[in-house]
Amino acid sequence: MSKRKLKESSAESAECISQVQKILRERFCHHCAAGKLFGMEQQYRHLLELLKRTTVHGESNSALVIGPRGSGKTALLNHVLKDLREMEQVRENLLEVHLNGNCQFSMKNPFLSGLLQTNDKVALKEITRQLQLENVVGDKVFGSFAENLAFLLEALRKGDRTSSCPILFVLDEFDLFVHHKNQTLLYNLFDISQSAQTPVTVIGLTCRQDILELLEKRVKSRFSHRQIYLMNSFDFKQYMKIFKKQLSLPAEFPDESFAQKWNNNVQHLSEDKTVQAVLQNLFHHTKDLRSLHLLLMLASSAVTVHHPLLTAADLQEASRQHSTDSKANIVHGLSVLEICLIIAMKHLNEVYDGEPFNFQMVYNEFQKFIQRKAHSMYNFEKPVVMKAFEHLLQLELVQPLERPSARAQREFLLMKLLLDSSQIMDALQVYPNCPTDVKQWAASSLSWL
Amino acid sequence: MNTRQQSKLIYSWYGKPLSSDRKLRISQYKGILITSESSKTETCIQLGDFILVEGVNADQPYVAQLMDLYEDGAQHKRAVVQWFCRLEEIPQNKRKLLKREIPAQEVFFDQVLGYDTDIAAETIIKTIMVLPLHLDEELPTVTLNKEQTFYVRQSWDGKCFKVLSPDTFSKLKEANKKRGVITNSSKAFTPSDILTPVKKEMESVVRSATKPKNADMEIESKHSTSKSSLAKERHSQRVANNDIKTPTARKKLELNSPTRSKAKLLGCEVLGLLDDDCDAMAPLEPSAPKRKVKFTGEILGSPPKIPCSNDKSKPTCETAEHRQRSSDTIRLSPYTKVKDFLEKDRNLDEEDDILLSLVGYQKPSSQMPVLTPRSRRTCAQKTNALIAEQISLLKSHGKLAAEEDFSSDSDSSYSSSSEEEDDDDDDVPCTPEKTPKSSKIFSTPKSSRKSAVHTPAKTPKKTGTPRTPRTPRNATPEIPRRVQAAQEPASVLEEARLRLHVSAIPESLPCREEEFQDIYNFVESKLIDGTGGCMYISGVPGTGKTATVHEVIRCLQQATENEELPPFQFVEINGMKLTDPHQAYVQILEFLTGQKVTATHAAVLLAKLFSTPGPKRKTTVLIVDELDLLWTRKQNVMYNLFDWPTQKHSKLIILAIANTMDLPERIMMNRVASRLGLTRMSFQPYTYKQLQQIVLSRLKGVKAFEEDAVQLVSRKVAALSGDARRCLDICRRATEICELAGQKKNPEIVRMAHVTEAIDEMFSSPYVSAIRNASLHEQIFLKAILAEFRRAGVEEATVQQIYHHYVALCRVEGLQSPTVSEIMAICSRLGACRLLLVEASNKYLHMRVRLNLSQDDVMYALREE
Repeated sequence: MSKRKLKESSAESAECISQVQKILRERFCHHCAAGKLFGMEQQYRHLLELLKRTTVHGESNSALVIGPRGSGKTALLNHVLKDLREMEQVRENLLEVHLNGNCQFSMKNPFLSGLLQTNDKVALKEITRQLQLENVVGDKVFGSFAENLAFLLEALRKGDRTSSCPILFVLDEFDLFVHHKNQTLLYNLFDISQSAQTPVTVIGLTCRQDILELLEKRVKSRFSHRQIYLMNSFDFKQYMKIFKKQLSLPAEFPDESFAQKWNNNVQHLSEDKTVQAVLQNLFHHTKDLRSLHLLLMLASSAVTVHHPLLTAADLQEASRQHSTDSKANIVHGLSVLEICLIIAMKHLNEVYDGEPFNFQMVYNEFQKFIQRKAHSMYNFEKPVVMKAFEHLLQLELVQPLERPSARAQREFLLMKLLLDSSQIMDALQVYPNCPTDVKQWAASSLSWL
Repeated sequence: MNTRQQSKLIYSWYGKPLSSDRKLRISQYKGILITSESSKTETCIQLGDFILVEGVNADQPYVAQLMDLYEDGAQHKRAVVQWFCRLEEIPQNKRKLLKREIPAQEVFFDQVLGYDTDIAAETIIKTIMVLPLHLDEELPTVTLNKEQTFYVRQSWDGKCFKVLSPDTFSKLKEANKKRGVITNSSKAFTPSDILTPVKKEMESVVRSATKPKNADMEIESKHSTSKSSLAKERHSQRVANNDIKTPTARKKLELNSPTRSKAKLLGCEVLGLLDDDCDAMAPLEPSAPKRKVKFTGEILGSPPKIPCSNDKSKPTCETAEHRQRSSDTIRLSPYTKVKDFLEKDRNLDEEDDILLSLVGYQKPSSQMPVLTPRSRRTCAQKTNALIAEQISLLKSHGKLAAEEDFSSDSDSSYSSSSEEEDDDDDDVPCTPEKTPKSSKIFSTPKSSRKSAVHTPAKTPKKTGTPRTPRTPRNATPEIPRRVQAAQEPASVLEEARLRLHVSAIPESLPCREEEFQDIYNFVESKLIDGTGGCMYISGVPGTGKTATVHEVIRCLQQATENEELPPFQFVEINGMKLTDPHQAYVQILEFLTGQKVTATHAAVLLAKLFSTPGPKRKTTVLIVDELDLLWTRKQNVMYNLFDWPTQKHSKLIILAIANTMDLPERIMMNRVASRLGLTRMSFQPYTYKQLQQIVLSRLKGVKAFEEDAVQLVSRKVAALSGDARRCLDICRRATEICELAGQKKNPEIVRMAHVTEAIDEMFSSPYVSAIRNASLHEQIFLKAILAEFRRAGVEEATVQQIYHHYVALCRVEGLQSPTVSEIMAICSRLGACRLLLVEASNKYLHMRVRLNLSQDDVMYALREE
């Protein structure tokens, strides 16, 4: 094989690889609008029917989509809306208002979210903006909250079932709206949905299972009690299928032969024992598809020109990264003195059964170790030890019980260790160049006897 | 109003008592003097004067005419007035009946029964002018003092608008005259030049018929200033006695043309009068100089405003000055020319005579040649060298118009006028001799007239689109209309679903007859007595409180329309729809008077409104929904609300609605609870039989449900809450499930299975299924929590404690024990779902955890696996 040929092929594959990376990353980061839905056909049908009736018949409704984080609530809704918009009789007939706790604002699909619309006033303004009612008002600057509310209610009251354009309110992070004062917004939205005014459908998205208990009794009575639960109720077989689907390249990939190769590899991976073990482990931890995406993202970032196909090792490595203990990781980077202090705290915790300690106690414990046992340790002065202790405090390995006040002496502030003894032992195992006597001391507080 | 507040006013009688009744100790006066202390001015208001009376809304005092002044036994100065009402005082929904724009200065002759016409004399603010105008007359654009002049065109009797009867019209005229106000009716006419052609066209005929009276009044007013008031009074009596005959007309004729022979003169004069308004048709002859003197004020005012192009029917009139002169000359100019035509047009105009007589013009004899607008127009055209064939054409048109006139009642002068106007339109364009300019101008207004003026007059009800102009100030928001029409229900199930929707308004409210009757009786009795009162209505959500109250109000309004009850105002506020309890004041005030003020100011105004006897106030029925949300720390909102009805003149009936039966005892201070009174009513939750009846009554005629299915739903809901909304929602969901299940087969009816599924869907606890669908490690974590709880005997544990159990459990299960980070992730996931209650996560391992459901539930959910 000539040198030039090699170069050409490598350039070609580089193109392919970047394509693959792009496709996969878009998929995993949820930028791709056409993300697939897994195992929620029934819910999809329910929601689609509901919204179709709103748009076609002008029927008012309210519903909650409830499911744990990452269970696909927003994906479900987006899917339904996308399909709805493609329908002939529905298009142009639905106004959407999205209120959100987070984000998701686009010209066409406004969202209300509990995190963005932190109170009813902001939410009302957002609704007005998204309904484009501010055009009607001309350049009227909105006055008080009360005026705003009256304005909006007036607008909605005027409509009726047959002639007004139905409005879809999407309340993302619905649970946060519950905490607004008097639940005014929810009451009014639900009230409109239960009275002969402009047809309105209110869809709430939340992850809280106890959401209904949070609604005020009047609000609850007005809510139609349609709950759509998303439960991630698939088993491991389906999980594997999802894994394959998420990783395989689409048919319209430019380089067919590469796509073929890639997809074959994915098929092989799914049959690989180690890969299955990795996925099984992840599946046991969480059924959330987002964590699968995260794992695959980590793994797929290992794909390069020289390493064009995913291997089981990549996935294993990704899984290892995915599941590492963050606090224990910090411990790896500590100095020996800081390690010693942590060990001293560990012993104090064992002796006093988790009671809080202060710096002086830790220092005394450390002194005992230095005097009796340590051969390799240099006896640090107290201020140096103090400095090391404060570093631990900054790393949040140690946490004060109460806020440090100006009056209290730092040495006597009560602290708690945020590490479990097993975590410390695990961290010490992998700590590079740990002195043997420190290791022994860590194993038993009485070892110096 | 402001001046009143600034300086003290002293009211004293003017002159000696006219008459006094010893027994009743009432003495009547002919006038009242208002002396302002600060400015040392003195105004005298006499009987018949038009006055402003202090009203609810400070910016808009009431307009009235002073009819009587007397001092009663208690030395109070009283006044009897005839009210005029402003547009703002007319209910929104009735304003539509007007079908035209009402300028701010226009008022309506008030014939609403039930308004108190006896007021305290101290509420009189000042005198103003109220000029009667004919319906089709335009408001003069140039007025001496805008704020003090009002115009009246129609009367309002609480249901519909009517044209002023000639009687009242002349009375009003008279009243103005008496004051020596020179009401130049031609002042009112001139602006017609400024009018858009559309409106002008509409006016022409009826005005021509009715105007003579107007015109002669005006002239009389000029001459009558010198006359004694006695004569005037007699004159007004005469007017009152004779609707049709207006002696003033004759008088005026004499005045105007003293040299002519009577028989001829009369006809000519009539023509002149007719032409007076129809200045547009006036030939452009140089006017007599004396006229100019008369209208100097007007010449100054109006010409610059007159757009030349608008003047379509006056083709030869070019300059404003010209026009001005023409309007002055109208009266005289036609005389000579018309004479030639009198004979010719006699036959043609006979029908028009009838029209004239309908409007009340005195006609000397039926044979007398009187020219109608059309014939007059012919004259005008003639003078402008129009050809003779024209006349025959016009004749036919005249006949047509007359026929239409015959068919229509004399009452419906409005519609007939529009008819006539139509004819007018037709005959003008067919004159071929029109100058190019005029025809050009003419063509445009024609189309606009057809759409704008013509339709509303002929088909008043058909115009569905709101014609109210959208002003940016009080813009009314509107949701865009849908592009495609909403589909009507096609199947039985869809029909049922529509009816079962909570928003569907049933014909009657079953199972609440008793409560309905109680509330109705309460409000009705208060309405009849004209007193105030409170009623407290409680009941759990979904028991039909608000619906019943609304039904009561609806029935009361119906009764009012049938005049079985005195009229009342209905105001509703909802605690949940207020952003702040104090906003209640703002909303109530806005409902009552349309003012928009701040909460504190509104409270003051309302307190004043309800504590003082308003002359023109109706009883107010106020519904306060979700009363508990009006609670404030000082409870002043509630206090005020319940205090007002207890005041003597408040005429306020409050229906307060809330959920808790003992709300007055629980959250209200004693003084508030005491004012609320003991008239209470509580709505019991519906029993299953009632719920069943509600559903069945809604489903009447639609066979969509099995009998048992409805009963199951009712029983289930009744056992839980008795909330009718829930019951309807479940039924609605059941129809959906049924539809989905039987999609392929024929549409079936809702059976037990569907209802059961719907109930399960709505009432099932999500926790158990949430736990069952959780991942393995999440389940182990829950097990570890249970183990830790059992060990410690406390239903709370830190993550660290749970972690130890967790590791042990993992070993038992043979699983790789997860790291602390993973544990934390699991914990926060469960916390987000609220299966667990967790502390803020910055405590890390020391975060305390509790279960959000009972241990038994968790165990049940985990054991099933």
